[in-house]
Amino acid sequence: MSFATSLLCRECGNETELAPVNACDFCFGPMEVTYDYAALRGRVTRERIEGGPKSIWRYIDLLPVDGEFVVDLGVGFTPLVRADNLARRLGMRELWIKNDTHNPTWSFKDRVVAVASSRARQFEFDTLACASTGNLANSVAAHAARAGLRAVVFIPHDLEVGKIVGSAVYRPTIIAVDGSYDDVNRLCSELADNRWWAFVNINVRPYYAEGSRTLGFEVVEQLGWRAPEQCLVPMASGALFVKIHKGISELAQLGLIEETPVKMIGAQAAGCSPISTAWAAGTTNIRPVKPATIAKSLAIGNPADGFYALKTMEQTGGAGVTATDAEIVEAIGLLAECEGIFAETAGGVTIAGLRNALDQELLDPERSTVAFITGGGLKTVEAVEGALAPPIAVDASVSSFEDAYAAAGAR
Amino acid sequence: MVTKRVRLTFEGEAVKEPVIYKMGHAFQVVTNIRMADVEHDFGWVILEVEGEAEETQRCLDWVESLGVRIDPLAGDIVEG
Repeated sequence: MSFATSLLCRECGNETELAPVNACDFCFGPMEVTYDYAALRGRVTRERIEGGPKSIWRYIDLLPVDGEFVVDLGVGFTPLVRADNLARRLGMRELWIKNDTHNPTWSFKDRVVAVASSRARQFEFDTLACASTGNLANSVAAHAARAGLRAVVFIPHDLEVGKIVGSAVYRPTIIAVDGSYDDVNRLCSELADNRWWAFVNINVRPYYAEGSRTLGFEVVEQLGWRAPEQCLVPMASGALFVKIHKGISELAQLGLIEETPVKMIGAQAAGCSPISTAWAAGTTNIRPVKPATIAKSLAIGNPADGFYALKTMEQTGGAGVTATDAEIVEAIGLLAECEGIFAETAGGVTIAGLRNALDQELLDPERSTVAFITGGGLKTVEAVEGALAPPIAVDASVSSFEDAYAAAGAR
Repeated sequence: MVTKRVRLTFEGEAVKEPVIYKMGHAFQVVTNIRMADVEHDFGWVILEVEGEAEETQRCLDWVESLGVRIDPLAGDIVEG
């Protein structure tokens, strides 16, 4: 049995039973899952977790799902890599990369969708739905296939065909909406009210968001049960940023680690940075923007959790930083060249944000730092292909090779 | 009858306009403010709008025509 007890409004504290609702009936604030921490304290130990499967489900006691409903694609427990080469280039002492490109559909979205789809089964939904231009749709379609649920994916009508292959292969119903992104937002919001479907980031969002905490759990465990001193996290809605910190804090609350401060730095693409911009302006009022960036997976102009991300920055002495498109592309190359990890554009935002945060002295290069890489580079090949060196063309002879190889200055 | 829950974002001159008052007078809808934060040149309001479906939509289209941004409560739903 899950230790999740109820939903609590993050604004007014109103408490309701666990149900597929996102907004508080009283104030319309967002709802969040709460747990019986007293009972968890007696149950969850390091040994119990270490004896679990090598996936997010080793933390099932801390997730809002009962075991018999789990949809298991083997999500999570992705590598935490000590990145000494990159650290040297950036002048850092201890840098770790949490490499979530290793998930089944190559992005961290598998964590949130694994929890949302499992909880959807527990609520007896037969349809899993989302609106997405990429990673989220891939994960929803894959999890629905695994769970035997129907999948309905909404996309803007002008999305390139290549972007939907990673979803279409799992045979979901794909609906191309003739309208702007805002029109798709509105349509899905209305459908979530009218149909008994589990829209992963609307009516089951409280459960969906909880899946991101597993990144915090894993990092702590993989560091030998200690919290990092600093985290660098890419931000779209801001939920990932908030939940990683929540996950780390909960392990301290449960007595599994010492309570130590973790500075949380969030990074956004300069072309879509409503949260970082608000942080720089010293306000918690987020001004929605029209996204204009190559980091499409972070292109959320009106972030649902922006306010809470700003609160987390304030609480942890953190900050919000930005990265230009040129910096993003350069940073993807830097990570690949130094550590052999090919990240999508969001990973470029992470690494460029890391560098910018160091330049602005928002991060201490002497402190242990974890940078989160949330998706694989094959998803956004178009972003980097123009920035890569072309092949060295040679005839099929040794002399041609020797000449061209020497001329190119290769070793 | 339908009830829509929306987030209105006001910027610049629109902040000074009595938009919600006019919604209730020019259209057959009932408005109900649930949360809000308004500064001198920027503000947002979480609003419930109740009325016949067509009239409610006509009302929201009019609000949008004033340059006020209208979003679902859950923020942007289309994710990457």
